[in-house]
Amino acid sequence: MPVFDTLSLASLPQADEAIRPAIRAIAAEAAAATGADRRARSWQGYDPAFSRRLGEAGFLGLTLPEHYGGHGRGPFARFVVVEELLGIGAPVAAHWIADRQSAPLILNFGNEAQREFYLPRIARGEIFFCIGMSEPGSGSDLASVRTRAERTESGWRVNGQKIWTSGAPHCDYMIALLRTSGSAEDRHAGLSQLIIDLKAPGVTIRPIRDLAGDEHFAEVFFEDVDLPADALIGNEGDGWKQVTAELAFERSGPERIYSSVVLLDAWVRHLQAVGRDDPATLALVGDFTARLGVLRAMSIACTARLAAGESPVTEASLVKDLGTAFEQQLPVAIGDDLAAHPDQAVDAELYRTLLYVTHVAPSFSLRGGTREILRGIIARGMGLR
Amino acid sequence: MSEFLEPFERMIESLSPPATVRAIEAGGEAGALWNGIAESGFLDALVPEERGGAGLPLAEVCALWQALGRHAVPLPVGETMIARALLADAPDGPIALASAGPGAATVVPFGRVARHVLLEFGGRLCLVEASGEETGVAGSLAARMIWNAAPAEVVGAAPDGGLRAIAAVLRAALIAGAADRLTAMTAAYANERVQFGKPIGKQQALQQQMAVMAEDMVACRIAAQLGCAGALQPGLVAAATAKSIASTAAARLAATAHAVHGAIGISEEYDLQLYTRRLHEWRLADGSETYWNRLLGAARLGDARGSVDYVREAL
Repeated sequence: MPVFDTLSLASLPQADEAIRPAIRAIAAEAAAATGADRRARSWQGYDPAFSRRLGEAGFLGLTLPEHYGGHGRGPFARFVVVEELLGIGAPVAAHWIADRQSAPLILNFGNEAQREFYLPRIARGEIFFCIGMSEPGSGSDLASVRTRAERTESGWRVNGQKIWTSGAPHCDYMIALLRTSGSAEDRHAGLSQLIIDLKAPGVTIRPIRDLAGDEHFAEVFFEDVDLPADALIGNEGDGWKQVTAELAFERSGPERIYSSVVLLDAWVRHLQAVGRDDPATLALVGDFTARLGVLRAMSIACTARLAAGESPVTEASLVKDLGTAFEQQLPVAIGDDLAAHPDQAVDAELYRTLLYVTHVAPSFSLRGGTREILRGIIARGMGLR
Repeated sequence: MSEFLEPFERMIESLSPPATVRAIEAGGEAGALWNGIAESGFLDALVPEERGGAGLPLAEVCALWQALGRHAVPLPVGETMIARALLADAPDGPIALASAGPGAATVVPFGRVARHVLLEFGGRLCLVEASGEETGVAGSLAARMIWNAAPAEVVGAAPDGGLRAIAAVLRAALIAGAADRLTAMTAAYANERVQFGKPIGKQQALQQQMAVMAEDMVACRIAAQLGCAGALQPGLVAAATAKSIASTAAARLAATAHAVHGAIGISEEYDLQLYTRRLHEWRLADGSETYWNRLLGAARLGDARGSVDYVREAL
């Protein structure tokens, strides 16, 4: 009998496909008159007004229950919405983390008061979240985090530092993985997740400029930051378990295959405009098309596991690793192709798009878990170790 | 998952163990194996119910084809299922599939063990008796066949999209099945084989390669399922996607399986070669990845839609 048979062809239900035209219209508005090099930023593109517009139109908090301001839809509906937003490169950074993983985390592990406070605001696109995982000494070895939250009479006091926190300069809250007991040697034990109000006294955020000139991630310092008792989300000491479940949401979506798709489309339009149809070009276009089609089907297969109520950690890792390899090969191959035809002028926008994606492509297999970590998870899923 | 998979797989597992596969590859008698499969009724899986078949959708038969690959079944069982569905009056015995032009030698998978070949030649389907030369490749069941002129035994027009497209989708499913077996064998071996005082499966360098193997294996399966999602005559985009992905992955999968197994994997007595030889043969049969990529690329460049819309709607 087949191995790894949890991933099998699935299709998007008609009811979820039905929302495509509406989200497409809104995404097209946001993308209109925006150059491909800007649209290629997509989930690094910050536009809070657009996020609120999505909230008003009912496209945030899709998977949340209606009594928390959500729309009671499943992961398939979210797949359709995300696909439409990323396919055209709409600026989704503001609400991205809150909608994708903070809201499900609060729904799954938060108490009633936390759900009632945060979830409706997330669904309206009013509050934005970032994830506090990496620290200067903790990257892939996430269990070694040292930033601490100590119990006080009124709640918690946080000291330490996070880094590479995407969106921190624009966000209202961070859900941070912190050490609440023991030391780094205790590894997975003694870690908890806390919601930190980034406007609280003692929080300092320093943006970090990236190689493309953007400032989407930041250093975040905590100096005697006092938090109320209800900042703790889930159970004290369960932080590792909760983060693992959260990462399945983070890793399983179509964002792991579409990071370079704006470039792919710009290149295809270039080929169509210059009328190039030699066998090598056709083979390259065909290869990308076949891989995109299969990756999309794999991503839907993974979404089907989420829809079945599972936490497809291994499956999500598998799709993400294959997807990011594709995303990274696109700019390399497209760059070679364009520069192999110096007689066919490349317009400035396509050139900027190509170099932007080329420069940021290394991040595709870093964010949300490095290639090497993901492959370790897959190997464990195969029974190795 | 198909309810027919388990009984089908149980049958071929008992009828076609590795010893039988080797014996038939060595030129031994295949009649008993064929009769066993024929008696099961599965050869008419795709034949419409009104013609006495099971009328299963292609999507369901996809799982059976993968099982054939998983057990290296040494007869054209999938090909015969296709031929029996396409022909109103199919002859008994194994039928291979081929698409050829005048005078061009074609390597026909299972040509050595087929009684007939369903051939697409000049836009027509012909049913000819199987005759050709051995390829001279060790263990191969394929045969080299040449038709210099259109055969007289025309049985109808070529199916929409061509016989090669259906054959390519079958080939992708067989590759997916063999990939499945290869991945399981390689993971098991990595957990058993001890070097430097521990199973080699504990080495990170090896785990990283094995993870890629699992990715390729799952991609092959999904690609085959995409190819089989529609009717028996798959569209160009579906057939091209299935075979492009499966053929590209086939060579990588075989390479990693051999790298992990070391020298034992090269030996005749070890089962690995039954699967890796097939992966390479099926990669080339019915068009390699570049053959299908060119066709798919031409279709894509002739279409004004965005890439995501294209794969969503055309696939």
